[in-house]
Parts: sequence; C-alpha cells; structure tokens
Amino acid sequence: MLDLEFMRLAFAAGAVVGLVAPVVGFFLVQRQMSLIGDGIGHVAFAGVAAGYLLGVSPVWTALAAAILGAVVIEWLRAYRRTAGDQALALVFYTGIAGGVVLISAAGALNANLFTYLFGSILTVTRRDLLTIVLLGSAALALVAVSLRALLAVSIDEEGARVAGLPVPVLNGVVSLLAALTVGISMRIVGILLIAALMVLPVIAAQRVAWSLRSAMALSVAIGLASVLAGLTVSYYGNLPPGGSIVLTATGFFLVASVLELARGRV
Amino acid sequence: MPVAVEFEHVDFAYLHGQPVLQDVELRIGSGEFVAIAGPNGGGKTTLLRLALGLERPTDGSVRLFGEPAHRFSNRAVLGYLAQRTHLGVQAPATVREIVAAGRAARRPFGRLRAEDRSAIDEAIERVGLAELARRPLTRLSGGQQQRAFIAKALAAEPQLLALDEPTTGVDVAAQEALAELLERLHGELGVTILYVSHEFGAIERVVQRLVLVRERIVFDGAPDALPALWHDPSHAHA
Repeated sequence: MLDLEFMRLAFAAGAVVGLVAPVVGFFLVQRQMSLIGDGIGHVAFAGVAAGYLLGVSPVWTALAAAILGAVVIEWLRAYRRTAGDQALALVFYTGIAGGVVLISAAGALNANLFTYLFGSILTVTRRDLLTIVLLGSAALALVAVSLRALLAVSIDEEGARVAGLPVPVLNGVVSLLAALTVGISMRIVGILLIAALMVLPVIAAQRVAWSLRSAMALSVAIGLASVLAGLTVSYYGNLPPGGSIVLTATGFFLVASVLELARGRV
Repeated sequence: MPVAVEFEHVDFAYLHGQPVLQDVELRIGSGEFVAIAGPNGGGKTTLLRLALGLERPTDGSVRLFGEPAHRFSNRAVLGYLAQRTHLGVQAPATVREIVAAGRAARRPFGRLRAEDRSAIDEAIERVGLAELARRPLTRLSGGQQQRAFIAKALAAEPQLLALDEPTTGVDVAAQEALAELLERLHGELGVTILYVSHEFGAIERVVQRLVLVRERIVFDGAPDALPALWHDPSHAHA
C-alpha cells in the first residue's frame, strides 16, 4: 500500500490532520461548542462551490469561507448575544444553502464534489501536503504558545475576563483554529465529517483520562490512530476515507465507554 | 486606609429592565474583609460585577484601586471565584491544572517559570489540598472543589479576592471550613475580600463588615451592629 505515492501522501496528510483536529477539538469540547466544526464545514462547502464558480482552487476558497464562517459565529455569540446553538444554526444553514445554489450555478453537481464532501485518498497532491503541513504546524504552534490562556478561558471564562485575559481574542483564536482545521482536513476526511474528527477523539479520551494533560495526549493518540486505521480500511475496502476514519473514531469512543464503565465497577 | 473599591451614587439597570441598584454609596478599604448579602434579585451579584468592571453603571461611578473599574489596567491583582454554576470543564482536570490556569493572569503565554510553579504550589498548600494536587476535581467533594477554585484565584497573588455565592451546593461543615479558611487567608495575606452570598451563615463570625443590599444599601456596618431581624438577609427591609 505504501508503495503507491498517493497513499504515502494521504498518510502524511492524514497524520497531520489526526494530530491537529483533536488538539483544536479539545478546546471546542471544553467550551461546549462541539458542533462549531460542522457549522464551519458547511460554510466551507459554500467556499468549495464558489471556487468551482470562479475557477479558483476550491481548497483556498473553502479555507477563506471557513475563516469567514468562524468569525461570524464568534461575533454572533460574543457581541450580538446570540445563543451559541442559534449562531451555529444560522451559519450552518446559510452555508449549506449558499453552497447548493452556487454549486448548481457552476454546474458542478458531480462526483468530483463528493471528494470534498467525504474526502478522497486519491486527491492529495504534493502541493496539498505542503499546505497541510504548513497550516497544521502554524495551528499547533499557536496552541502551544497560548495553551494556558486557552485552558484558563475554557475552565472559567468569567474568571479569565476578570483577570484581564483577552477573552474575545482567545475565543477568536479557537474559532480560527477550527476554520484552519476544516481547511486542511477536507481533502482527507471531507467537509461533512471533519467535525467528527475534532470531537470524537476528545470525548472518547475524556472517558478514560485522569487529567487535562492526559486527556489531550489521549485525544491526539486516538485521532492519529483513527486516521491511519481509517485510511488503511479505505484503501483495502475501496471505501470513502472520511466515513472509515469517523467510524474508527466511533469505535474508539465505544471502547473508552466500556473501559469507563468497567473502571466504575472496580 | 487606601480605598480598594469605591461606588459613588451608582445606579444600574439592565437594558429596558427595572432598576437593579439605586444610589449606591460604598467605600471598601484595602485589606478589608466584607460580606455583601441580600435577597435573590436584590442586586448583590450586580454590585460585585460592577466592582470588578464586568458591568458599567447606568449612572454614577465605580472605581477600583483608584481607576474606573471597567478600565482597570492591572487586572492580574483580581482573584475571582464565580458562582459554581458558571464553572466547568468537561475534561478531568486535576487540582494542580485548575490552579495553574489561575496563574494565566500573571503569565498567559509561554512556559511557566520557577516563580510561577512556586506560586501555584503555595496556593494549593494554603488551601490544604497539597496531598490531592494530582487528583481530578471530579473526584473531590464539593467543599474540596471550592478550595481548589480558591487556590486558582490565589495563584495570581491577588490584592482583591471576590467570591460570588461560594457556599452554593456545599454542606454546613464545608461552609464552616470555608469561613475558617478565608479568615486565615485574610490574616496571612492581608488581601481585600468581597464575599457575596444570599445568607451570612458562618461567614458572619469572621468578616469585619456586613453590607446588606436590597436595590439600595440598607445596612453597612460591623456584624455585631446588625439588627437581630436582619441576620437572615432575605428579610432585609429598606
């Protein structure tokens, strides 16, 4: 399998995605914004459609749309005092509706579109890999630098505000990180399933973790394992990688739940 | 005595709402230990939020260590324990991780230095949780969790410690223990403490001053000067 260049590229890109998605998802789960990745993903779909319509690479238009969607969600939540789920719903449905209209106008309702929606191991190019590595590294560096401040906001947002931490900026950073993750992950997992890779490893890890540090480390391990195992299943079973990866992550969640139950009975 | 918090003719109402506070005059000196109580909806939490600069008065002025509270620049000196319903993290954070998050007020970015680690350890030690520092918060009692969050507030080495309804959901023994802990911290650190509660309970015995709020300040004085009728603040009348 690794004799084939497209698989090597898919695995390399998948490893970055498997690392970055749970790290970013960790903060979304703590803020009870697990579905933000879904909302941003649907806006990214509109971005893909805009790319087709404009004749520009859909990767970049999707990334731009994802960042715009993240900014709008955070703005609605923080400054317009819209409840988090309502802000998400507004962006979520506007994104998918805009995407459908644009994709129809571009005449691009075809099989190629599915590679963006559900991922494809055939489509990762060397240029894509470079973009994924660069943006993924930038996302991880941003988390490393602001880790304590991000955790402080996750643990107690009001306390962080009183203590003078730049809470709106830090919330914006988390939304921006979510948008970047959607942008770099859509080739591997697909726009419609990326949110699952941000959230499932984290909620699985939290069932068996004993500290924040262990929860984050286990999230990354489960994310990586899900991507690598999912890609392997996708190759041998000729299945869409996004579905295989997410179902593997679901499997990890079930195992973690059983372990948690077993531990509770000891 | 230098003034830590100062309210001058403060009115406050939420947008399109009934007035919550009217003509509040209050001066709290540095190093004072003050309990602020009153019935639910009486404005005590709003008063605390105004003092911390989280809300701006509709009229009048609120100053914090001499600066307008909403523009207060040295926020690292403020330690805050929010109402327990507002606290929460999904992951199993340990006591030490929670307390370390409090140090973010002093060092939000980059690696912790030796003095930060020392301040974190000292805060955990002060609240008596040194032996439980590596234990997840979810495996501690309500009273122990409350101590962990007080340590989090102490980790930034505050000059003002504000506690909003810290006894909600904890038993009487834990309330007594909290009162003793705050009395000891006040004595050891000389920190200004604002303690907001809908009841005085055990805290009445350790504070220097009681303030009863019911839209206005209806009592402000030493605990032994409080009329017997008002020991239950829900019965405070203007």
